[in-house]
Amino acid sequence: MSRLRAWFLAPSWLLAVATVAIPFAIVLAYSALSRGAYGGVELPWTSENYQRLFDLLYGAILWRSVWISAVATVLCVVLAFPLALFIARSPRKNLYLSLVILPFWTSFLIRLYAWMFLLRDTGLINTVLQWTGWIREPLPLLYNDGAVILGLVYGYLPFAVLPLYATIEKLDPHLLEAAADLGARPFRALVEILLPLSAEGIWASSILVFVPCLGTYLTSDLLGGSKTILIGNLIQNQFTASRDWPFGAALSMALLAMAGCLLWVARKRGQELL
Amino acid sequence: MTPHVLELRDVTKTFASRDGREPKAGDGHTAVAGVSLRIARGSFFSLLGPSGCGKTTTLRMIAGFESPDSGEIRLNGNRIDALPPYRRSVNTVFQNYALFPHLTVLGNVEFGLKQGGKSANDAAVRVARLLGQLQLNGKESRRPNELSGGERQRVALARALVLEPDVLLLDEPLSALDPQLRKQVRAELKDLQRRTGITFLMVTHDQEEALSLSDSMAVMHRGRIEQTGTPQELYQKPATKFVASFLGAMNWLEGRGVRPEAVRLSRNELAGAYRGTVRATLFLGAASQVEVRLERGEVFTVQTAPGESWADGETAFVSWDAAQEHRFAAGGL
Repeated sequence: MSRLRAWFLAPSWLLAVATVAIPFAIVLAYSALSRGAYGGVELPWTSENYQRLFDLLYGAILWRSVWISAVATVLCVVLAFPLALFIARSPRKNLYLSLVILPFWTSFLIRLYAWMFLLRDTGLINTVLQWTGWIREPLPLLYNDGAVILGLVYGYLPFAVLPLYATIEKLDPHLLEAAADLGARPFRALVEILLPLSAEGIWASSILVFVPCLGTYLTSDLLGGSKTILIGNLIQNQFTASRDWPFGAALSMALLAMAGCLLWVARKRGQELL
Repeated sequence: MTPHVLELRDVTKTFASRDGREPKAGDGHTAVAGVSLRIARGSFFSLLGPSGCGKTTTLRMIAGFESPDSGEIRLNGNRIDALPPYRRSVNTVFQNYALFPHLTVLGNVEFGLKQGGKSANDAAVRVARLLGQLQLNGKESRRPNELSGGERQRVALARALVLEPDVLLLDEPLSALDPQLRKQVRAELKDLQRRTGITFLMVTHDQEEALSLSDSMAVMHRGRIEQTGTPQELYQKPATKFVASFLGAMNWLEGRGVRPEAVRLSRNELAGAYRGTVRATLFLGAASQVEVRLERGEVFTVQTAPGESWADGETAFVSWDAAQEHRFAAGGL
């Protein structure tokens, strides 16, 4: 019986080893090696790549990644909460849920280009605003932090909606009626009943949005231009233009460690709430 | 002060589409069709009817969770039908209690007192007294999931009663309890109503509950009130065929109804008696219940003294006083 079990589990193990364990080991090894002249890595082993992480320049980029991700996460959760509540209470849940996942049917890259088309100086928004006479000069909508945050919120909103929906949908709808019945105005009922009971979903949504935001490079690359460099772009640079694979690997390990810490804290926090 | 704490005048509610709240609601289903009620201050009133009859919708309109399409709801003479639930001096005990799972027993009971800002000076005293009355001392810091079904129900009662509402609304308050507990809690509920002097309005589909608890009651059917009165009036003088058959057992013969306890069973052929055959006998302790199939085809249930004994297959004659029978116009209304 247990032998049969092992055989059935074998493909999963193989997949996990091939796509997680081995790449992780390679990145870990690279991060402790020296830079090759034309990319790649060579001996000797060194800790220099990790020391460079504490350079002020990289610290600033790291900090910028954290706050942009944090703002995008908060916006995502704040926007997703009423949406999830609406869907959970609607008789047409399935329709709305499929609409939430509908964007995934198109490549994220194409959707980002669509945003560029909307936001650029000669884009749809600026053209319309100029044509109607609201503005004379085009508004700087693209290639700034705001555009990056917009792109992140747009891209990751569905990830925030789904766990919140799952949590709220399970709640007894009579609870809010009971709160109102006992004299709670809608805002008090929200703060004292709905939010505490949705805490689990709020944490799950936050993590699901924050972690991929932290590692993003496509959104910041296309919508942020050259000014808004995030840790994702920095890593990408090390493996391409800068040809500094060991440092790129060290940065990747740092990113992984940050995400890992965050998941650990969130799990602790989640257990406390339960 | 009006003698009636709560009054409904011609209240109507139609659900636009299937919304699953009323079990048999179809499209454009009229859940409540012109209900008028007057409930005396300090009384125990029951709204009795089968599922889907509109009784729960009526209760929800009084609580403020649904708004009537037409008609008036008055509390102490003032219209409340346009007010949100949190501005009505009525409180609800929900069928599944709807206790706040993240709050303790005390947190649940104090929830209402903390709303609206103005907390009563004697709030702590009231909470303590009520927790004592409902035997919840020592459970203040428990969470709802750590309580038994009976305890949860008492927390739901305490949470609503602590606000001293003009009317306490109870939605099938006993249905979530197991049958053994139900009878005991029924007595406690009546006792609680007497001691607090608060008007109770209970919705139930259980006729025994309604008959035993109520000072007065109304029977609802298809969104309408069939009859209002004391339990005795409704049982003894049912106004419609529906009330007659819904409340207690009733034998029917050519549109005339007669209660099992009003039927005489005899071995001798009395004048005007109907001949039949005993099909089954059920010994109930204080009485026996005999099932008789008349030659005409109807099956009668007859309540007899426990001393009488009837054998299956025996010939029996069924008769009753004409004064004891109920007659209704065809169609029931």
